[in-house]
Amino acid sequence: MPASSKNRILVLGIGNILWADEGFGVRAVEEFHRRYAVPDNVTILDGGTQGLYLVNFLEEADCLIVFDAIDYGLTPGQLKVVRDEEVPRFTGAKKMSLHQTGFQEVISAADLLGRCPKHLVLIGCQPLDLEDWGGPLTPPVRDQIAPAIEFACEILRQWDSPATPRTAPLPESERLLANDIDYLRYEMRTRPE
Amino acid sequence: MSIQTPNGFKLDNSGKRVVVDPLTRIEGHMRVEVNVDSNNVIRNAVSTGTMWRGIETILRGRDPRDAWAFTERICGVCTGTHALTSVRAVENALGIAIPDNANSIRNIMQLCLQVHDHLVHFYHLHALDWVDIVSALKADPKATSALAQSVSSWPLSSPGYFKDLQIRLTKFVESGQLGPFKNGYWGHAAYKLPPEANLMAVAHYLEALDFQKEIVKVHTIYGGKNPHPNWLVGGVPCAINVDGTGAVGAINMERLNLVSSIIDRCIEFTEKVYLPDVVAIGSFYKDWLHGGGLSGKSVMSYGDIPENANDYSAKSLKLPRGVIINGNLNEVLPIDHADPEQIQEFVTHSWYKYPDESKGLHPWDGVTEPNYQLGPKTKGTKTDIKELDEGGKYSWIKAPRWRGHAVEVGPLARYIVGYAQNKPEFKEPTEKLLKTLGLPVSALFSTLGRTAARALECEWAGREMRYFQDKLVARIKAGDSSTANVEKWKPESWPKEAKGYGFTEAPRGALAHWIKIKETKIDNYQCVVPTTWNGSPRDPKGNIGAFEASLMDTPMANPEQPLEILRTIHSFDPCLACSTHVMSPDGQEMATVKVR
Repeated sequence: MPASSKNRILVLGIGNILWADEGFGVRAVEEFHRRYAVPDNVTILDGGTQGLYLVNFLEEADCLIVFDAIDYGLTPGQLKVVRDEEVPRFTGAKKMSLHQTGFQEVISAADLLGRCPKHLVLIGCQPLDLEDWGGPLTPPVRDQIAPAIEFACEILRQWDSPATPRTAPLPESERLLANDIDYLRYEMRTRPE
Repeated sequence: MSIQTPNGFKLDNSGKRVVVDPLTRIEGHMRVEVNVDSNNVIRNAVSTGTMWRGIETILRGRDPRDAWAFTERICGVCTGTHALTSVRAVENALGIAIPDNANSIRNIMQLCLQVHDHLVHFYHLHALDWVDIVSALKADPKATSALAQSVSSWPLSSPGYFKDLQIRLTKFVESGQLGPFKNGYWGHAAYKLPPEANLMAVAHYLEALDFQKEIVKVHTIYGGKNPHPNWLVGGVPCAINVDGTGAVGAINMERLNLVSSIIDRCIEFTEKVYLPDVVAIGSFYKDWLHGGGLSGKSVMSYGDIPENANDYSAKSLKLPRGVIINGNLNEVLPIDHADPEQIQEFVTHSWYKYPDESKGLHPWDGVTEPNYQLGPKTKGTKTDIKELDEGGKYSWIKAPRWRGHAVEVGPLARYIVGYAQNKPEFKEPTEKLLKTLGLPVSALFSTLGRTAARALECEWAGREMRYFQDKLVARIKAGDSSTANVEKWKPESWPKEAKGYGFTEAPRGALAHWIKIKETKIDNYQCVVPTTWNGSPRDPKGNIGAFEASLMDTPMANPEQPLEILRTIHSFDPCLACSTHVMSPDGQEMATVKVR
C-alpha cells in the first residue's frame, strides 16, 4: 500500500556480525547507507542484536523495512520478502543469538503498546552458515546484499520516499559501523590464513 | 547412586530424569536436566550451555583500541558493560589514567544499564514466572485499584485504569497473538497470586515497557548513539560544551538536564512501582524459599563504580568487592585478577581440550580448543542427545573457580558481600525489606532473595546515578570539561609487550576481560562472563556450579511443566535468558520437556 511521503520510515538491519551469515541484516543496512542517501522522513539503523532497545525506534515509525537472516529452509542465499502480519512469525525463527530478545518480541512489545508500524516489510536471506563464530558472510549470502538493497529501494519508491545514489562517497566518519567492525575491515581479517 | 560434592551437596541421579531443553540443538542454548525422587523433589541437577568462546580468535592481531567495538557485539543486553570492561582492560595494560569526568560519565552509563536491565529483567523476563497473565483477566478492577493504592502512592491506580487495561489485555489474548505471553504455564499450581495482584503486575509490565525506552536515552546522550554507544580508551568520546546551543554531539546544559530528569524518573519508578511490586508479589511466595544454592555458601563480587577515577581498590569501589567462602560471613576475602592462583578456568566437564585437564588455567594463559566428546553414559547421539552424562564432558561453558571454589555472582552476591562488610547502604535496605515481609535473614539465600536483591540494587543504582550526575555537573561548572586522556593514544608510546585486565559488575554479575598486547596488537583476549560463573558445569573435584546448586532439593508440582526450574534459573538473569522463549518459524514454542 502506498504511503504518503510524510510517513516516517525506518530501515533497520538486525543480526550478529560476529556470527557468519547471522550478520546479513546489519551488513545490508550498512551497505545501503553507504550507497544511498534518503529523504528526511527515513531513518537508517544498525539494530545489531538489541532487543527491547529497539522498541522506541519501532514506535516512532509508520513503516518499517527490516533486513535479516531468516531460516526459511530455502536454498542458502535465497531472498524472501514477507509483509505486514506475516513478518512476526518469520522473524521468530531467529534463534541464534543467545542473548537477544527475538525481533518477534520487539514487534509484539510495540504492538502491545499500541504503536507498531502500520506497514512492515521483511527482506530476509536464507543463511548458509550460522554456526561459524567469528566467520565472515558466506559467498551466497554476501551476493544477496546488492539485490536486497535494490529491493529496499523499490519499496521506498512505492512509499514515495525514494533513495538516491550518493554522488560523493560517504565519509568514513558517517558510516554506520566503525572501529574495525565495518564490513571490509572485519571480513578481510576474520580469515587471515 | 548418591554422591557428596566437596561444596556440600548430596547428588542422587537414581530417580526419574527430567530434561528441559529449549531447543533441539545444544549449541547456543541452555539445557537443564534434573533427577527427581518419588516425591518430585530435585535430587540431581545438570546445566549445560554455550558461551561465546571465540572472541579471542576474532580479536587476535587487531588494534586494542577497537576491542570494545567487538566485545559490544557479543550479546544484545550486556553491550555497554562489555565495552566498559574492554576499555578498562586496555587502560590497565597500558597504564592509561582517565579524567574524573570520564569516570563519572562511565559510572552513570554503567548504573543506567543496571537500572534498565534489572527493570526489564524483572518485568519482562522474570515476572511471568510468578505472575499468571490469564488469571489477570478474572480480576476485579476495583479490588485491583484498592490493592495498588494500599502498596504505593503511584498515581496510575484507578479502577478505570485497570478496567481499560483488562479490556486491552482480553482483546490481545483473544486475538490469539499472545506474543510475549505465549510460553507461560498459565494455571500452574505454583502460581500463587490472586487475580488482582496479577492484573496490577500486568499493568506495571506495560508501564515498564514504556518507561525503559526513556532510560536508554542516557546512553544516547553520553555514548553519542544507541544502540551501540561509542566508547574510548582513555576516557569517554563525548565533548562537553556547557555554553553550546545544540552543537552536534557536544554535551550542553540542556542535555545534562535531560539526563537529570531521566534519573529522577528512574528513582521514582523503582521506589513507587518496582520495589512495591516485589514486596507485594513476594508476600504471596514467602513459603517458596527454594533456590538458594551456592548463595548461602560461596559468593563473589569484583566490585564496581569507582568513587575516584582510576582507583579500583575495594575502598574506592561503591559496589562491594570480595569473596565469601563456605558461608563464613565473618571473613570477606580479597580478589586479585592478576594472581594466576586465584581465577582459573577448568574444562574437565567442558567441551574443550587442555594439555592437563586436572589443572585450571588463568585467563591470561587461557586456551580455547573445542573437543566435543560425550561421556559413556550419554543416551542418544552427538546430534540428538536424549540424556547427558554429567560424569563426562557435558557443556560448552568452562568452569571458572576462585581458588578452586565454585561461587555465585550477581546482585544477590553483591548484597551478601556488602552485608557481610557491614556497609549500611546494602545492609539496611535488605533488613528493612526482610522485616516488611516478616522473613529471617536466612530467607535471603533463595530464588526470592536473588529477585529482591536485584530490586534493591536498582534503587541503589538510581541514587548513585544522581550522585555521579551531580558530581559531574559540579566539576563542569567549576570549569573542568576534560573527558579524555590522549597522552598514550598513539601506539608508538606503548611498550613492546603489555598485559592487563578490566572488570565490572555487569547487571548479572562479575565480568572481566584479560588482554595481552604484543607489538601494538592484541595477542590474546579472554572474557570470563557472569553466566560462565553461574552456569558452570562440575569441576575436577566434583563441585557443582551455581545454577546446578540452586535447583537442588526443590519440589516440583508437575515435572511435565517445570515452572520451578524456570523460576530459579531466570532469577540469575542468565545471559541465555532468551533461550527459554524460543519460537519456531510457525510461531510455536520449541521448548520440549521430557520426563523419563
